[in-house]
Parts: sequence; structure tokens; C-alpha cells
Amino acid sequence: MTDAPGVGVSGHATDGGIPLFSNLAVTLGAGQWTCLLGPSGVGKSTVLRLIAGLETHVAFTGEITTTDGLPTAPRVAWMAQQHLLFPWATILENVATGPRLRGAPPDRDRCRALLGEVGLAAHADKHPHELSGGERQRAALARTLMEDRPIILLDEPFSALDARTRSEMQDLAAKLLAGRTVFLVTHDPLEAARLGDRIILMSRSGTSTLPVPTSIPPRRVDDPEMLDTQGRLYRSLMAVT
Amino acid sequence: MTATRNILLAILLALAAWQAVVLLTGVPPFILPGPLRVAKAFAANAPLIAEHAMVTLTEVCLGLILGATLGMATALHLATSPAARALLRPILVFSQAIPVFALAPLLTLWLGYGLWSKVAMAVLIIYFPVTSAFFDGLMRTPQGWLDMAQTMGASQRSILMRVRVPAALPSLGSGLRLAAVYAPIGAVIGEWVGSSRGLGYLMLLANGRSKTDLMFASLITLGCMSVLFFLAVNLLTRRLDFKAEA
Ligand SMILES: Nc1ncnc2c1ncn2[C@@H]1O[C@H](COP(=O)(O)OP(=O)(O)OP(=O)(O)O)[C@@H](O)[C@H]1O
Ligand SMILES: [Mg+2]
Repeated sequence: MTDAPGVGVSGHATDGGIPLFSNLAVTLGAGQWTCLLGPSGVGKSTVLRLIAGLETHVAFTGEITTTDGLPTAPRVAWMAQQHLLFPWATILENVATGPRLRGAPPDRDRCRALLGEVGLAAHADKHPHELSGGERQRAALARTLMEDRPIILLDEPFSALDARTRSEMQDLAAKLLAGRTVFLVTHDPLEAARLGDRIILMSRSGTSTLPVPTSIPPRRVDDPEMLDTQGRLYRSLMAVT
Repeated sequence: MTATRNILLAILLALAAWQAVVLLTGVPPFILPGPLRVAKAFAANAPLIAEHAMVTLTEVCLGLILGATLGMATALHLATSPAARALLRPILVFSQAIPVFALAPLLTLWLGYGLWSKVAMAVLIIYFPVTSAFFDGLMRTPQGWLDMAQTMGASQRSILMRVRVPAALPSLGSGLRLAAVYAPIGAVIGEWVGSSRGLGYLMLLANGRSKTDLMFASLITLGCMSVLFFLAVNLLTRRLDFKAEA
């Protein structure tokens, strides 16, 4: 992996002429976790798609910058709420999706090693339907890691999981994605408080940076300072219109 | 096991009902022969029926292979080229307004009395269901997969071959199963319009000579053959399905 750059997104977007969000100012620290909170429908996924260079339904006016001046799109790995595993392929083949789609011979040893790191070594030859929801999401994480990209875009990847699996996934992701510039869209204040080096609240009229606990992520689920942050995040989120 | 037993039971029941109708109404055998009579006709003409059945089966198989290939190629072309979609799709839909059977005499005129006019008939009937099922599948790839492939830097061609086509295979499977049902109909209609071989021809011949028992024997052979053909295609195309998660 090349050095992870810092990323900045600023501007405003309209959807069919109607403003969706304005005064957006998001800065992702190089090699850090930035969490984006905000009410449903405000455009969080849309911001992620803009960074990923994916098509959106909005007209975006503004700019996406990086600290090294190179474009973001070819350097992102994107993980969504749905695991997006191919049902016709084994877990091992799914982890190798990136190289396969680029027509490159996949590095099988690396695929297996990554499956080991997410704790799925024994499931390599199974198909997605034979895995639990949490295991599927771990396979998706291994596939994301296989891309070895410096910028990681996560769109509520853990939101469909139960509380325990979710916190395990958060720890795992924090460990395996260390050193990369991670942008996590979440609707869960606890998740933001546990993982964020920086937490941004997005509303229709603009973005604001919220205070984070002093400890280093991933923070313990019972860390008092983290829980205090969670409470304040909840309040800020509820106050947004 | 119980399924097999139920099927056998149903067949026996149908045969018994058939025999009962014949006995109770006393219809003459040239109108409706009883199952026993038909069985005798079948035994007496087994080599003849088998010979003609082979002809029809060949037509059906060739028709399915050609029709499926053409249909798949068209679907791929439509799915990848917006220009083709704009031009070809209206033509395809309009062509479905023409009853294909009405073309049978033309096909015989153009391709002669032999095998190929029947194969063409089967192809014409199969082509649309295969094309439309596969095309629909290709156009309904979940957006998430396409987005993911794009962020991974896949080419359009790679996305087609490694995402859209595999994702559309179950749809193609249902199109092919439909085609397996239609193909024998196409072949037999072709044979009725003009031929000197095949089960359709044998049925007409037997009918013309008031050999109603032979006619029934041919008809039942055609029915059994069609069912077996469908089951074979069904078995093969089930491999195209993938298991969805619970
Ligand atoms: N493909 C689309 N076509 C039209 N409108 C869309 C499309 N995708 C999203 N929208 C609309 O754009 C707005 C922003 O969508 P976006 O998905 O970015 O919201 P979000 O903040 O991620 O919401 P959530 O928290 O519910 O995921 C929403 O009002 C949504 O209805
Ligand atoms: Mg969203």
C-alpha cells in the first residue's frame, strides 16, 4: 500500500434543482478514522459515492482534494451495508473478486491469509449462503482488504449486525485497517464514539466537527469518556434538523 | 419416492378412466380406441414409431441448441449496446404480435420438406423467450455489484462477463426451461404443415387411414418424449441457479 493521503470534500449538492446539502466541509485525516453522522437522507452515502467516483443522482458543485494531489477514485476500496458477495462463488473466490475483475491472477496465499485474519479460514470453500450474517460481513472485509487501497470508504457496514458481532467487527476493522485513511458513514453514535479519530455531523445546512474522547480507538465499549461522547453525539444528532 | 408413486398412481387412474369411458359409452375404436388397443398398436409399430420419434427428437434438440444460442447472443448484444436496444427491441416485440405458426407454410416453402424447416420453426418459437429472459436478467444486475466492480477498476467487458452474466444465469435457466416446453410444439407444427417424417407426420398419416390407435400411440410417444426432454433440460439448467441466502 502506498502512503495514505488526507482527503478533503467541500461544496454543495442539488437534487433535481432542489438543494440537498450545502456548506459541506469534510476533512479526512491521513491514516485516520473519520466518522460521519447525520440524519437519514441527508446525503451521507452520496458524499461517499462522490469520493469513490461513483455515479450519483445529485449535481455536486465543489471539490474533492487530496494532500498528495492525486485523484481519490482509483485509490478507494468501498464497503457497503450489503456484503455484496457473489452467491455463485466461494468465499475464497469472493475475496479475490478485485483481481478477478481486473483479469489479474489472484494471489491465493494472500486471500487465504486475509481469510485467516478475519477468522474465516475454515470457510474458504463454502458459499455465502452457508455463512451467518456476521461471517458474510467479515468475508466482505477480507475482500476490501484484498484491494489494499489507501482510502477505505465504509457505508454503514456493520449496521445489520447484532450488538456483540458489531463490536467484534469494529475491533477487527480498526486493527486491520490501521494506517489507512478510513471514512465511516454510520447512524450509530456508539460506533462513531468507539472508532472516530474525528467525528463529523452532517446536516442539510452544513457540517460540524464534534469532540472525540482522548483515548485511542478502538475504545472499550464501557469506556466512560467514550460513553459520555456517545451521549453527546446522540443529543447533537437529535438536534439536527 | 412418494412423488414417483403418486405419478404412477395418477397415470394408472387416467388409464382406468379412459378404459371406463370406452366401455361405458361404447364408442367405436376408430373414434376413441381403448388403452389396451393403443398399447397393442404401439407394440406392433414400435420400430416405426421409434424411427419417427428420433426424427422429431433431432429437430427438437437442434432447434433448442440453435434457438438458445441465437437468443443468448441477441440478449448479450441488446444488453451491451444502447443502439441495439433502441432499434432491435421494438422489432422483437412487434414480431411477437405475428402468430409464429402462420409462418410454418413459408418456412416449408423456403427450407423444403426436410429437417430444417422444422428446426427453424422450433428456433422461431424458442428465440423470444430465451432472449427476453436472459436480457431481463442481464439488465437487472443489483446496482451494488456494479458499483463495487467499478471501484475495483473492472472494465465494462469484465463486468459483463464476470458479474452481469453470472448474475443472469438463473433467468437464462428459466428461459431455457420455457424453450424446452415450446420446442416440441414448434417441431410438430412444422411436421404437420409439410413433411414425410417425424411423429407429427405419423399422426397425420395414421389419422388419414383411420388408424386411430396408431395415432394415439404416436401422440402418447410425443407426450412422453416432450416430458422427458423437459426434465432433462430442467436438470441441466438447475445448475445455473445459485443458492440465495436465507
Ligand atoms: N438513486 C437515487 N435516485 C434518486 N434519489 C436518491 C437516490 N439515492 C438517494 N436518493 C435521495 O437522495 C437523498 C440522499 O441520499 P443518501 O443515500 O446519500 O442519504 P443518506 O444520508 O446516506 O441516508 P441513510 O442514512 O438513510 O443511508 C435522499 O433523500 C434519497 O432519497
Ligand atoms: Mg446511506
